[in-house]
Amino acid sequence: MTFKTPSGAFRALAPVSLSIAPGRFVSLIGPSGCGKSTIFNIVAGLLQPTDGRVLIDGVDSTGTIGRVGYMLQKDLLLPWRSVLDNVILGMEIQGLPLREARERALPLLRRYGLSGFEYSYPHALSGGMRQRAALLRTLLFDTDVILLDEPFGALDAQTKLHMQEWLLGLWADFGKTVVFVTHDVEEAIYLSDEVHVMATRPGRIVESMTVPIARPRQRYATLTPDFIAIKERCLELLMASHNPSLDEAA
Amino acid sequence: MTVQETSRAGAGLDLAPQQAAAPSPPAKAARRLPVQKDWPLWAIVAAQIGILAGAIALWQAAADLGWIDGFFWSKPSAIYDTLIKFFTEGEAWTDIGFTFRSTIFGFLLGTTCGSLLGLSFWWSRNYAAIVQPYIICFESLPKLALAPLVILVFGMGLASKVAIATALTLVVSTLTAYAGVKALDSDSEKLFYSLGATRWQVFRKLVVPFCLPWIISVLRVNIGLALTGAIVGEFIASQHGLGRAILYAGNTYDIALVWVAVLVLSALAVVMYVAISWLERVLRKGMRQ
Repeated sequence: MTFKTPSGAFRALAPVSLSIAPGRFVSLIGPSGCGKSTIFNIVAGLLQPTDGRVLIDGVDSTGTIGRVGYMLQKDLLLPWRSVLDNVILGMEIQGLPLREARERALPLLRRYGLSGFEYSYPHALSGGMRQRAALLRTLLFDTDVILLDEPFGALDAQTKLHMQEWLLGLWADFGKTVVFVTHDVEEAIYLSDEVHVMATRPGRIVESMTVPIARPRQRYATLTPDFIAIKERCLELLMASHNPSLDEAA
Repeated sequence: MTVQETSRAGAGLDLAPQQAAAPSPPAKAARRLPVQKDWPLWAIVAAQIGILAGAIALWQAAADLGWIDGFFWSKPSAIYDTLIKFFTEGEAWTDIGFTFRSTIFGFLLGTTCGSLLGLSFWWSRNYAAIVQPYIICFESLPKLALAPLVILVFGMGLASKVAIATALTLVVSTLTAYAGVKALDSDSEKLFYSLGATRWQVFRKLVVPFCLPWIISVLRVNIGLALTGAIVGEFIASQHGLGRAILYAGNTYDIALVWVAVLVLSALAVVMYVAISWLERVLRKGMRQ
């Protein structure tokens, strides 16, 4: 998958080229306003890039909606639908009969930690569970690529750790290509095969690195020298990209 | 006043202990959180009935003793007699039925068309921008002032009453449904489009259910407006209806009948209000909101 995305006049995104092999878990990290969400919107077909293309499986998908699963920062569960009916939204929109969609979703809800809440309404769910439901909705919308925009940003630290393990389990089961955006450097490295560090003004990728830690990973992997070296480099890059903007402000 | 002085003295003590030797501060008054005790339900109801009975008795006595002019004000006993006569000899049920029908038709028509119009603004920002000034004009227009014209166009029968009731309810529903449309989170729309939804799917599965609570919230307001519209229509020209009964009684100085018709009208209004409130509850429950 390749895309080149220099975008509009306002929040200019410098030419960005990123290619992701199928089945990889890739993270984008960077300060706010570096264009992570812009890239996602372009890939999801919600924004027309001024220049450049989105290729998925070698097919030009620029400005085409419904090609990738996209999970926005908010869970956006519909309050008038039960968890089950929220999760099947993608299939429903694709025209799958409701019964079939529900039959397909039910076992997954049970397997991935929402059993007992299939027929509850979103307001009855905790933050972590809402996020699970939103993620399952993204996964059940049967696409090869899923984009996750800070899915765990609003969760407390403990829940976040649980959700990371849960996500890795899901990823291993489904074998999807995942593009993950986060502010949390450790989260990015722990989850990903590749980490791309971005900078602002204009938004661009300053460095890409692969994470050489074998899977399945254990928590203590975050304490190994390899991991710490990558983390240090990431933080260094993020600090560097932060300073010029301070100078500009002064 | 006391509190201000005390707190100032207190602050002085805290911030500058060396000045503590100054005149001794006035003692702080002990204050408690005001507590209101709830009366039992029977006491509340008893008080309500007592006030009503007292008012009626006072009215009756005032009329009997000549404190007020019984001709202009009438009195409860005469009103009661007229009420019985209204239902046994008069056209009570015809009038009630007529007013009820024009209210309900106007309510349904105005609320449905208004809500659909409000929702339709979601489809095009340009269309919404073009139509908006007309809606606002129609909203600020005193629609009842057009009633004589409406009677001329739609005739003396039910149609003109329904038209006025519709005109009153339509704009409220339109503006409320449009407020719902404007409150729609653009991220939700993004989510639907990212799943490859068509506009029609977004409208049916997102916009309509999202705006329903808004639409439902004006039902109670609208039923009252529809009743007002129907009554005004009857005031101007009609052969039936409670509004016509009130006007007729007033013109013939039958003050007791005016009171009776107003009483029956209020009862009708209360019944419809309660019914709509119940409907609203059922609808909300159906949507789990």
